Amino acid sequence: MMASSYNAKEEDGHHSGASGPGGGAAVKSKKPDNTAFKQQRLPAWQPILTAGTVLPAFFVIGLIFIPIGIGLFVTSNNIKEFEIDYTGTDMSSPCFNCSQNFSWNSTTPCKCSVSFSLDQPFESNVFMYYGLSNFYQNHRRYVKSRDDSQLNGDKTSLRNPSKECEPYRTSDKKAIAPCGAIANSLFNDTLDLFYIDPNGNRTRIELMKKGIAWWTDKHVKFRNPGGNNLNLTAVFQDTSKPVNWRKPVYELDTDQENNGFINEDFIVWMRTAALPTFRKLYRIIQRKNSMTPTLPRGNYTLEVTYNYPVRSFEGRKRMILSTISWMGGKNPFLGIAYITVGSVCFFLGVVLLIIHQKYGNRNNSADIPN
Amino acid sequence: MNVRVGDIIKLENNQFVAADLLLLSSSEPHGLCYIETAELDGETNMKVRQSLSVTSELVDPYNLAQFDGEVICEPPNNKLDRFCGTLYWRESKYGLSNQNMLLRGCVLRNTESCYGLVIFAGPDTKLMQNSGRTKFKRTSIDRLMNTLVLWIFGFLVCMGVILAIGNAVWEKEVGSLFQSYLPWDPPVDNFLFSAFLAFWSYVIILNTVVPISLYVSVEVIRLGHSYFINWDRRMFCQRRNTPAEARTTTLNEELGQVEYIFSDKTGTLTQNIMTFNKCSINGHAYGEVIDTLGAQSKRGQPLDFSFNPLADSDFCFYDQTLLDSVKLGEPPVHEFFRLLSLCHTVMSEEKSEGELVYKAQSPDEGALVTAARNFGFVFRSRTPSTVTVQELGRPVTYTLLAILDFNNIRKRMSVIVRNPEGKIRLYCKGADTLLFERLHPCNQDLMNVTSDHLNEYAGDGLRTLALAYRDLSEQQWEDWAERHRGAERATDCREDRLAAVYEDIEQDMMLLGATAIEDKLQEGVPETIAILSLANIKIWVLTGDKQETAVNIGYSCKMLTDDMSEVFLINGHTVQSVREDLRKARERMMESARSRDGGKEEEMEGWAEGCSLGNGFGSGAGGVGGGGGAGGADWQQQENKQPDPTPPPLPPSTLLDSISGEYALVISGHSLAHALEADMEQEFLDTACACKAVICCRVTPLQKALVVELVKKHKKAVTLAIGDGANDVSMIKSERHPAHVRLGIGEGGTEGAGISAHIGVGISGQEGIQAVLASDYSFSQFRFLQRLLLVHGRWSYLRMCRFLCYFFYKNFAFTMTVYDQYFITLYNIVYTSLPVLAMGIFDQGIYTSVVLFFVPYGVLSQAARNDGIPLADYQTFAVTVATSLVIVVSVQISLDTGYWTAINHFFVWGSLGAYFTILFTMHSNILFSIFPNQFCFAGSAQNTLGQPVVWLTIALATVVCIVPVLAFRFLKLDLKPQLSDTVRYTQLVRQKKRKPGGRGGRGASGGAGGLGGGALGRLGRAGSRRSGYAFAHQEGFGELITSGKNMRLSSLALATFASRHSSSWIDTLRKKKQQQGPGQPSGGESSPASIPTAPLSTSSSLLGPQDVPAEEPAHTPLGPAYSSAVTPTLARSPGADSTGGWAISLGAVQEALFGWRGVGARVSGASSPGPPPIAEESSLAE
Repeated sequence: MMASSYNAKEEDGHHSGASGPGGGAAVKSKKPDNTAFKQQRLPAWQPILTAGTVLPAFFVIGLIFIPIGIGLFVTSNNIKEFEIDYTGTDMSSPCFNCSQNFSWNSTTPCKCSVSFSLDQPFESNVFMYYGLSNFYQNHRRYVKSRDDSQLNGDKTSLRNPSKECEPYRTSDKKAIAPCGAIANSLFNDTLDLFYIDPNGNRTRIELMKKGIAWWTDKHVKFRNPGGNNLNLTAVFQDTSKPVNWRKPVYELDTDQENNGFINEDFIVWMRTAALPTFRKLYRIIQRKNSMTPTLPRGNYTLEVTYNYPVRSFEGRKRMILSTISWMGGKNPFLGIAYITVGSVCFFLGVVLLIIHQKYGNRNNSADIPN
Repeated sequence: MNVRVGDIIKLENNQFVAADLLLLSSSEPHGLCYIETAELDGETNMKVRQSLSVTSELVDPYNLAQFDGEVICEPPNNKLDRFCGTLYWRESKYGLSNQNMLLRGCVLRNTESCYGLVIFAGPDTKLMQNSGRTKFKRTSIDRLMNTLVLWIFGFLVCMGVILAIGNAVWEKEVGSLFQSYLPWDPPVDNFLFSAFLAFWSYVIILNTVVPISLYVSVEVIRLGHSYFINWDRRMFCQRRNTPAEARTTTLNEELGQVEYIFSDKTGTLTQNIMTFNKCSINGHAYGEVIDTLGAQSKRGQPLDFSFNPLADSDFCFYDQTLLDSVKLGEPPVHEFFRLLSLCHTVMSEEKSEGELVYKAQSPDEGALVTAARNFGFVFRSRTPSTVTVQELGRPVTYTLLAILDFNNIRKRMSVIVRNPEGKIRLYCKGADTLLFERLHPCNQDLMNVTSDHLNEYAGDGLRTLALAYRDLSEQQWEDWAERHRGAERATDCREDRLAAVYEDIEQDMMLLGATAIEDKLQEGVPETIAILSLANIKIWVLTGDKQETAVNIGYSCKMLTDDMSEVFLINGHTVQSVREDLRKARERMMESARSRDGGKEEEMEGWAEGCSLGNGFGSGAGGVGGGGGAGGADWQQQENKQPDPTPPPLPPSTLLDSISGEYALVISGHSLAHALEADMEQEFLDTACACKAVICCRVTPLQKALVVELVKKHKKAVTLAIGDGANDVSMIKSERHPAHVRLGIGEGGTEGAGISAHIGVGISGQEGIQAVLASDYSFSQFRFLQRLLLVHGRWSYLRMCRFLCYFFYKNFAFTMTVYDQYFITLYNIVYTSLPVLAMGIFDQGIYTSVVLFFVPYGVLSQAARNDGIPLADYQTFAVTVATSLVIVVSVQISLDTGYWTAINHFFVWGSLGAYFTILFTMHSNILFSIFPNQFCFAGSAQNTLGQPVVWLTIALATVVCIVPVLAFRFLKLDLKPQLSDTVRYTQLVRQKKRKPGGRGGRGASGGAGGLGGGALGRLGRAGSRRSGYAFAHQEGFGELITSGKNMRLSSLALATFASRHSSSWIDTLRKKKQQQGPGQPSGGESSPASIPTAPLSTSSSLLGPQDVPAEEPAHTPLGPAYSSAVTPTLARSPGADSTGGWAISLGAVQEALFGWRGVGARVSGASSPGPPPIAEESSLAE
């Protein structure tokens, strides 16, 4: 396997008549140019699958993949994750009532609290997710039902949203802001977490709602109309709130940095999931100091303001707590896959080696004496 | 120029006849004119045409303008040898025949000018009636592509239906419940309608599987290949200054699949130049050193004929001993050349003193007379009754008493002359078989020696003639002359009586010696044919020439060899006899095939012996050529078809296919006419295709086309027709089924060379342009065919196949993944069942897309970034999958590329680079801020590709996709390598070996290649006699000469004598023609039928230089097939000057085919230091 240059001497070395010496009387030769390209003899490298290259490749792949896989698997196992379903489909479930009595028009929010206990303390930052199942955020019509230029603060789009948003484009002859099915179906349960210490005291756990969206989304993709105008009420005047929403977009949060289109919960929701079972980052629980774990083991209560109906399509709602590592969240699949592929490669290498030794006959014939 | 029917046009010497003309008058006496019809029917001898005597006086334009005759004739037709019509002029009727016609495409020769009346013009001419229409040609790859695209379209519709059903189910089961968040569009209020819409959306979305751009890409690739053909210096003819030209771009890859080649003879295989090459005088052989190939060192300088002022400077002879003998005055030598200078029908013309021009009606006769001229016996002039010869500077005039003319049965001609001393002598030259019977018994010893020489000459493919003389006493002559006159005067059975009279006098002759004339083949023809037949390509020669000529050429270009089991001659004139002949031929083949099956064991042993004995190249080609029915269109399939050592008993029909070569078929035009009839064509085809070589002689242009068509129709094989003249045009583009590939050789002969001196004239001489214009490829030498087929054809074919596979793969992988990601889970079920649907070449694509979907799916569905944000949003997913796809596809194409040039590197790395560049651009903030709706992926690329998990996923997906492919290929390569793989591998090994040893091998390997070529030509000692009087001769010329009719008045001493009995000769000629029919295939006495049946050592041979003792006893027939097949490549190792062992085992026949192509392909392009050379390459390398 090596590049080798062509020896031009093998050609007849005759230069074309046009450039030939003393060409005055010479008839113009039609002889094609003697260039490597035209004569199809560019220097080239001919890779060839030989036992000497393929078998080591298999072993090397195996030897690289298995350690990586083990590393990934161990890392993944060290990540702590806790998941609780609060949909309330069971009679016994605390949220059963809320899920049964849901109506879009009720003014008083239904609240329920779910208690659970953590067996192990959660060190370092803990990430709190909400998870939905059977929710087709990846449906073609759903995915495109948004207006990115409206979300980017474009004034004309604000008043006159894209047709893609139908049927959530206008209501009462006023443009909906934000328009579209995605925005309309914004997840609006409120989750609160309380630690119940052994004495029975409830301690509210502080949940950070900033930093849960991509930086580019928050600062580039999503912008409030009117630029730095802090009076969002005026900006969104003449628009209507999405049908399912309880309050308009400019009242999502009191913090002006997190209100309107740049509300991070909203941004997270707008980044549609690829699969019908998905989780989205809800809050971050920051570690306070290095001495105590962020979430010590013990009993907790999850207080849910139950606003989001999923019973109609047999959806499920979950709350997930997780720590992360360098490679992200808990992900046993990757490690197992790496180990598997690595082993298969190694095994294949062995099998091929045996086959090659036993039946491979090329080497015998290749060394025919000259 | 607007030639219309009724015009009278004037033609000058060497001009093409522009339309079918009625000859009115000519500058020659008696309204004679000479034409050459090579362009029309391939016959090279000159023909005579004569005008009606009433019109022959119309010489000056004024009289011609007054001509007001009326011609009534047959409608336009394609019969070249027949015309019938009537001329009404001045109240009388004159019958018109073909003898009065000049057909379009003929060339006027030896006639200053003539006038003709246009009878047919334009498309009505017989030439045009013989040619067909052009038709757009498609290659088999095109057809495959079309079917594939149709299948893919069907697949697309199926996918659409399945997905629509999936959609309906989903909308009904899930979507209807999900309406609170995603209501149905107002007009689409039920799931069925939604499914209907979904069907169309999927058809549109998935349309990328239908490779529309494929057609464009394929055309671009073909265009590139065409340019490579045009640029190929190895197909450039220095002498004619003509590069090869691909006149069409669409057929390149078809070149790699050619199985049958139909070749013209004259001008294509041969140069149509005869040279006097060797002779045997009085038991002494001269001229032995001549050999066009190899033997350069022994050859020495051409003889110096400067002592002879009348010598022809173009004549070359290399054996000094002959000239010495002449100078020493050895009587037999003198007599030998005297005979050559006297016994012929050549006309001479002396334009100025010492500048002789001979007009020979056949080129071989011209060659003989020219030889005598150079050796000092210069034929200067003749009158009807004398011949003047300059014998070593001394003019001698012989009285010409009689010419005993040539005909096909006699196969000899004699003259009876009286020398100035008054002695009467008969000189005879003719086919040795016939001549030897008529020798005086005292010649026995000399005859044996000469016979050996003749065998030798015949083995070299030379045309031989034996020469003899007889002294006659005055009395004998008088008696005979009396009987001769009586026979001449006879009205009935004139021929028979004359023949008997001739027979009488041609007795008890004394043998002088023999001549050997080489019908000069084009450069490299035997090698090319050998290599092509190694590649299992069958070559059929279709020629207008006579049987003997064609067979001789067949031998000299190694199509026919003495090692062949049998050469079947079919020249019956009736349906029955042809059928009978064909049946017999087949029976013979079947018989031997059966007996061969029986005697398999012995044969195998014999094979091993043959291997070590090295009985020459011929059998090598035979062993290979016989190896199977159709050649390499489908190698895989062919491999299975190979006759392995113990083939299962085959039914008779397939038995014919499996017959192991070594047969040849020679069929004449008459028989061919019967054989091509509907009820017999299958029979003919079966027989012919079982033969290794087929020669059809005396065929008309239309028959050429019919033969090509026949093979095309029944054989499903790719055919190629190659020819040079207008008579090949119909074959080149035959009417209903044009040959798949048409080739025109830019043929010009000596004229071509002359033409290229004038600047700006087209690529070919005058003769070839018609064929070139009708052709798809044109070049100027037959041997370039080898490179065109085996190098360019193979490359194009392989590249195209690889391209197609990759293209389909790429399209499928692309469509199935990139679009899926938007809808994936929706149709999970559908996609998991997809592999079931996967078929044929698509399974790999499907596999890849499934992997590319499910691996990221598995990983990302649970993964989160290292800042806690989940990765499972669809934009991330999209970027991951797309990136994996691009990387996998790139790796895949890297695996497919066998040959990495800078351009490949550029494009592979470039496309990866371009992908990332475009990705980041599309996902950039700037573009988003300008067009927020179009570039909604803002930021995805950096957010996604910054994650280690994503890269781990991509790596995983790539490995999962590639590892099975890699393992599979390795297994295939390791366990069942094709020869090309092996060749590459051994090259690699050798390169590695050589590296420490220095670079000495380069030049040597070229030399070693030369050996291959050199060896080919010189082999093949013949054990048989097949010499013949192969003159392209017509009888009647003797009479023409003695009558003095063709003498110019100026040079004619006895003008009155000429006019006296001017009537008879043409009539005689006509009578003979009518009796014999237009063509006269001779009886096969001297034909190759007498070849002793060679032992059935069909299976193998040793092909190598003679002087190399055979080595490698290891190549036993039972060894692994390719181990011996590899040998040709390995044998040419650098440094080893003459390596042996070109053994090709029976089982490896197909491998060899592949290998040769492989070798050819790899070599010429491969810049490896020691390319396994092909003969052609090495010969050019000097």
